[in-house]
Amino acid sequence: MMSKQILKRVVITGMGVVAPNAINVSDFYKALKIGKSGLTYDQQLSDLSFGCRVSGTPHLTVEHIAKYFTPLQLRGLKASGLVYGVIAGKDAFKDAGLTVADKGCALSDFGIIMGTGQSGGEKFREAIHLIDDGRVRRLGSTSVIQTMTSGVSAWLSGELGAGNMVTSNSSACCTGTEAFIMGYERIAYGKATQMLVGSTSDSGPYIWGGFDAMRILPTGYNNHPEQASRPFSDDAAGFVPGSGAGAMVLEELDSALKRGATIYGEVLGGSLNSGGHRGSGSMTAPNGDAVQQCIQQAVEQSGVSNKDIDAINGHITATGKDGYEVSNWVEGLQLINQFPYLNSFKSTVGHCLAAAGSIELVGAILQLKHQEIFPNQNITKLHSDINAIYPAEKIPTKVVQTDIDILIKASFGFGDVNAAVVLKRWKDELNND
Amino acid sequence: MKKEEIENQLHDIVKVYLPQDVNADDIQADSHLMQDLGINSAHLVDIALDVEDAFDITLDESDMEAMQTVSDSVQIVQRKLKP
Repeated sequence: MMSKQILKRVVITGMGVVAPNAINVSDFYKALKIGKSGLTYDQQLSDLSFGCRVSGTPHLTVEHIAKYFTPLQLRGLKASGLVYGVIAGKDAFKDAGLTVADKGCALSDFGIIMGTGQSGGEKFREAIHLIDDGRVRRLGSTSVIQTMTSGVSAWLSGELGAGNMVTSNSSACCTGTEAFIMGYERIAYGKATQMLVGSTSDSGPYIWGGFDAMRILPTGYNNHPEQASRPFSDDAAGFVPGSGAGAMVLEELDSALKRGATIYGEVLGGSLNSGGHRGSGSMTAPNGDAVQQCIQQAVEQSGVSNKDIDAINGHITATGKDGYEVSNWVEGLQLINQFPYLNSFKSTVGHCLAAAGSIELVGAILQLKHQEIFPNQNITKLHSDINAIYPAEKIPTKVVQTDIDILIKASFGFGDVNAAVVLKRWKDELNND
Repeated sequence: MKKEEIENQLHDIVKVYLPQDVNADDIQADSHLMQDLGINSAHLVDIALDVEDAFDITLDESDMEAMQTVSDSVQIVQRKLKP
């Protein structure tokens, strides 16, 4: 392990988001603050006889999409995740105040890690029908870019001119948080100056169907979509499928200061691990020991102590496993008398799957910037398992203005994978202690 | 179908794929699709599909290889449209 001293410091200088309840960062801030739901009745899921007919799908207009894509690019473009990722990525780049590469030369210190689960299911379906009909020629030229996992990063690279590492990671619901940590490490180790990191996830039945089949989506709220996602609540009935994208520009501190960039916060460190389907872990259930280790390693690597943590932004999907996650936070951080604020954004955006980590990181960073804890919605009554180990006033249902110096955010994914990252409020260095 | 009509339709198909620094007025009969108009090879595939749809014809491998200039394309379409 390299010593902390020689690692570069890394800050966040740009953000973009396409979420079920807002399609840009300033609207997302307002939506999270007032607890605006982005969950709606989904006619397509109903037509296809899904049990869960509620989804969190971003509301993009044709006019809005046309600001980010040329008419030619839009021809036959069916990969919704690619659309979300490109919009969020371009917004984050612009927000950071970076300049697109000249035609002749790529930005050698700027790279991209935008992850996804699978890309362009709808496009893939179209391609499969053509291939099975013996008409492979009719696929056209965009089938590959729309259906390859790294399509979103490749597309953004072409738009922006990235000359450093350009890749897409994939680790289910950890994807966005994992991309963030991978980008952080790349800059910390001096291999890049800026990294556009985040993740995206398609909308629609082809990406959500498998979860409906596993009966882990709520079926009793089809007529009350905004109530369907109930993290922490004793009547949590499953996660609501969502989609969208989150993107952030991470930057080496000296570069950000030299550019006079707006700094949203500092990345202190992060941890990635897996439970290996051992102990209590399986393909779908987390190995609690590994979850706790991941949390502990993130804190240790960040050079802070458990007591310094002011806020936790959890994964908390609104299933029967919420209590287990809370107990892993309590044991992992050895919480006894002093409890950080704890929340989940899934009550209003649902579970955006591969995009969950990055969309929620944008929200968590907004909490840090505005020194506010955004409210948890739809808690009828705190689940008894949670109530027994965590003070209810620290799982707020109204916005809380409070000092947040250190925030930890984690994502836990299908396949027993974990990601946790520690963020610090940015104050002008002259005023920093 | 008159030659002029085919030319006009081809013009409309090709102009969609022009790079930003190439003007639709630059599309001439002897324009080479890739060298003069800067159309990339991936988009040639899409142009061929658009031509098939517009004229309700099927282009085979050799047709696509022969489609180098705008006038090549017109001739191929004319040949395919002959009863």
